[in-house]
Amino acid sequence: MSGLLDHLPALQVVLPLISAPLIVLVRRQRFAWLLTVAVSWISLAIAIALFVKVGQTGVISYAIGSWPPPWGIEYRVDALNAYVLVLVSLVAAVVAPYARISIAAELPREQEYLLFAMFCLCLTGLLGITITGDVFNVFVFLEISSLSTYVMIALGQRRKALVAAYQYLVMGTIGATFYVIGIGLLYLMTGTLNIADLAERLRDVKEIRPLLAAYAFITVGIGLKLALFPLHQWLPNAYTFAPSMVTAFLSATATKVSVYVLLRFYFTVFGASILFEGLPTADVLLALSVAGMVTASLVAVFQDDLKRMFAYSSVSQIAYITLGISLANEAGLTASIVHLLNHGITKGAIFLLIGGIALRCGVVSFDRLRGIGQRMPLTSFGLVISGLSLIGIPGTAGFVTKWYLVVAAIDRGYWWLVAVIVGSSLIAVAYVWRFVEVAYLSEPDERSVKRGEAPASMLGFAWVLVIGSLYFGFDTSFSVGGAREAAALLLGGAR
Amino acid sequence: MRRDIVLRVIAKILIPFMLLFALYVQFHGDFGPGGGFQAGVIIAASIVFYAIIFGLPATRQLVPEWIVESMVASGVLIYAGVGLVGILLGGNYLDYFVLDHDPVHGEHRGIFWVEVGVAVTVSGVMLKIFYMFAGRRRDEDNG
Repeated sequence: MSGLLDHLPALQVVLPLISAPLIVLVRRQRFAWLLTVAVSWISLAIAIALFVKVGQTGVISYAIGSWPPPWGIEYRVDALNAYVLVLVSLVAAVVAPYARISIAAELPREQEYLLFAMFCLCLTGLLGITITGDVFNVFVFLEISSLSTYVMIALGQRRKALVAAYQYLVMGTIGATFYVIGIGLLYLMTGTLNIADLAERLRDVKEIRPLLAAYAFITVGIGLKLALFPLHQWLPNAYTFAPSMVTAFLSATATKVSVYVLLRFYFTVFGASILFEGLPTADVLLALSVAGMVTASLVAVFQDDLKRMFAYSSVSQIAYITLGISLANEAGLTASIVHLLNHGITKGAIFLLIGGIALRCGVVSFDRLRGIGQRMPLTSFGLVISGLSLIGIPGTAGFVTKWYLVVAAIDRGYWWLVAVIVGSSLIAVAYVWRFVEVAYLSEPDERSVKRGEAPASMLGFAWVLVIGSLYFGFDTSFSVGGAREAAALLLGGAR
Repeated sequence: MRRDIVLRVIAKILIPFMLLFALYVQFHGDFGPGGGFQAGVIIAASIVFYAIIFGLPATRQLVPEWIVESMVASGVLIYAGVGLVGILLGGNYLDYFVLDHDPVHGEHRGIFWVEVGVAVTVSGVMLKIFYMFAGRRRDEDNG
């Protein structure tokens, strides 16, 4: 048994990978769902085991095919990606059991098992991007997760889902292409694709121009995937029209994993070279983040569709994460990394709850949700709590992030930034208040039939995440503890 | 084209040789140009050829949709399974060296099965795409 434990890094990726074709072979809806739940829970167990092991023994290195690291593909688990692995598999483990009723209601029966197969592939891709220590392998898994994501979005109920998926496909393909061009240039200059080896060799590279180009291509490419402010156009449509469980899963994991890739490149790969200093990257990223925080929040206030509103809110929340990266000090990076988890859980909870509303009411536009607070009290209350976490009220997970962001801004002496952070939180109050107003303060819609609460299994798993967003507001030993360790690791490798 | 006797006879003669050539490309991939991907494409091409001459319904009888879908999945399963066998035999994931009594033979065996997986999935995917496009009717395009 101890032999099997050595293979946890490979199994983390391989188990969801083989369950996808198994689902397609068996072609039973029930089996597909059961296998997806089983594999996502096992993934969570493996991720936690890896996290604990990294805490005890340091970096885990696993050579695929027994080819030693700089030549073969290496899976490398350290404090940072162990943390992200836990986030991704945790969200999958909550979303998968939730999905059964939601998917049965939103998809034709003969497509259900295909969606679960795609879900497993997407999980494979996201876990693979996170765990691998090889930049080309990152690209392969990026494609696996992206392609399965396009399919999952296109399976949305409305025909517009096809357009949304196509839009994302175009943007995502440009992003992936830019990424490959970037790593191609890096390979040209160093002759290696292994992340640790790249960082080592970039130090000796004298010719700076190709590196600069690589740096730009990778930043823009990954920026597209993580929906960095002016590159976020695909996100609102994709989130709005995808099936509910897909939106919840993507919003909590896909953009977060892209942020992880960006962190890896900025601090582990490029950080060691002379490239990072003397470039206005931090200032550009800071400006884009500030613009994203304010603009996307403002746009969110004026949306008529609940799902779309929170999709725009995601863009602004991602800007908080990139803001922390641009500050590039320990508090800032801690804020970014902890917000991966905090926002992932909070937004996951929100979209899962909205899935319950979609099941009961069909559409989630504001004019159809009047008085929803009386008809679906638990769902509405959960949405309000998660909304408070988005705003960053003390006692919620969102507050922890904002606290570290403010500390980081003060460390840098950017007092105006503190005002911007508080200001954009106030805009978040405005859009969360819109839901409160519609749900609690308006008369119930007479035309719509009186319907009850969402099914227990959906509501229960959504509430797991709601409680998570409260829990990580009080007990930060895992969230901030893990994030701080990861931030120290990144900065230690950088300078 | 179903009534054209020349095409039908030629097709029936050619298709076995196309499949044979696919097998040659598949198994000779170790030593010359070729391999699972190319072989998979040639297999799919021979079926597409059959469909062009004998029509889609006849082809669907010959190679039903469910077989195509299973092929797409089982190829991936074979590939990933080779990796798992590596773990079971005491190596790392996708470790070929432990698959046989000595590393070189193990490598051959591993690549052989991996290429089988590739061929199965590639021909399945090609046929699936063909069926999807060929199955669309014109009025659906305008709707």
